[in-house]
Amino acid sequence: MELLTERENLALVDVGGVRRKIDVGLLEEEPVKVGDWVLIHVGFAMSKISEQDAADQMRVLAMLGEDEAAMREIEGYGLGERWAGTP
Amino acid sequence: MRFVDEFREPALITRTAQEIRRLADPTRHYRLMEVCGGHTHAIYRFGLKDLLPSNIELIHGPGCPVCVLPMGRIDDGLSLTEHPEVIFTAFGDMMRVPGTRGSPLEHKARGADVRIVYSPSDALKLAQTNPGRHVMFFAIGFETTAPSTALTLMRARSLGIRNFSVFCNHVTIIPAIRAILDSPDMRLDAFIGPGHVSTVIGCRPYEWIARNERKPIVVSGFEPLDMLESVMMLLRQLKEGRVEVENQYKRVVPWEGNRAALKAMAEVFQLRPYFEWRGMGFISQSALRLRDSYAEWDAEQRFQIPGVRVTDPKAAQCGEVLKGVLKPHQCKLFGNECTPERPVGALMVSSEGSCAAYYNYEHLKTAMVSSVASAL
Repeated sequence: MELLTERENLALVDVGGVRRKIDVGLLEEEPVKVGDWVLIHVGFAMSKISEQDAADQMRVLAMLGEDEAAMREIEGYGLGERWAGTP
Repeated sequence: MRFVDEFREPALITRTAQEIRRLADPTRHYRLMEVCGGHTHAIYRFGLKDLLPSNIELIHGPGCPVCVLPMGRIDDGLSLTEHPEVIFTAFGDMMRVPGTRGSPLEHKARGADVRIVYSPSDALKLAQTNPGRHVMFFAIGFETTAPSTALTLMRARSLGIRNFSVFCNHVTIIPAIRAILDSPDMRLDAFIGPGHVSTVIGCRPYEWIARNERKPIVVSGFEPLDMLESVMMLLRQLKEGRVEVENQYKRVVPWEGNRAALKAMAEVFQLRPYFEWRGMGFISQSALRLRDSYAEWDAEQRFQIPGVRVTDPKAAQCGEVLKGVLKPHQCKLFGNECTPERPVGALMVSSEGSCAAYYNYEHLKTAMVSSVASAL
């Protein structure tokens, strides 16, 4: 994860090679830093998770064949860039 | 088709399933409710019930936000599309949910400006880029999603974006669990607690379930092994006579929840005195509305809302299925008049709805389940 300066609480995350902007405003109490792993829901980081747990989760999603669905959802989080204007 | 050796530690899945069989008293029938729609989806998706002994019954709870929304609220939200300046935005899983005069997608086909967003932030951005229009976000979800709506509204206010509003349907999970426990036709032994709601509210709000209702509850993750472990932890409590709140999903859920998220919710929302839930009727203090300090961004205050109440189609038994009284396939419409392609009720639309999950997965036995089940 990379922090962006164009707006407060905006971060760039890499999800399996796809880079998306997300909002980290809900993690104020446990500030995030570059390289952290986070659980994302509707474009917002909800909680920090350990790198090991994150790697396990990604591997399991891939094994279950659910990684593609997860990626499709993540691609939607453009904070307006790609999808919001598209019906 | 997935194979057993592809799974993380298939031996662990087998061992956990065996331990569950060892713990289960064969003379007893166990009724465990999974509160969360994500768990219902996982149970059918992975055929988990086939790994459990037949005297463990999983009852599907009310934790599917699309499913519990009464049709009147959908009609109310869609009534705003009659204003030519309004852009109606919602998450994708709302788009095919039927209202009296059709779903949001059908309104779109008739010319309404209806758009899918993946995040409330996207709706706010749309308002910024369309200053001549009014963007209304049809907000649904439990405590998992409500903080994101709250933060988006806080941002709208701080940026002074006034062509944006929220039609708020956020609901809270605890009053729904209370309503189920108060229901005379519902006998439950224990709960599989919601995972992602708990990242926000933490585990403390469930303590009364153990203390006052004497029901064990285990907050659970969503992988097959997570859910089996949670069932095992519940059976251990029942066998040992313990009644506690336990957290199986520690890697994601902190015991105290997410304080920043709770703070954002408290800043923007207040409890409604009561709210109607599909199939469960009016439940007091079970939903959120915008505080008066956010009235300018509250679609219900900015626009005239008809406030319609619609009874569900008589033949559909969504309410009974939602309460766990009926299994999806026991509804008269299941699979014939009501299918994912032509849904009559919302439970057949959302991927977290028990009818859609049952319809899509129940007859698909994965190789993993068959081979693990045959090893038991």
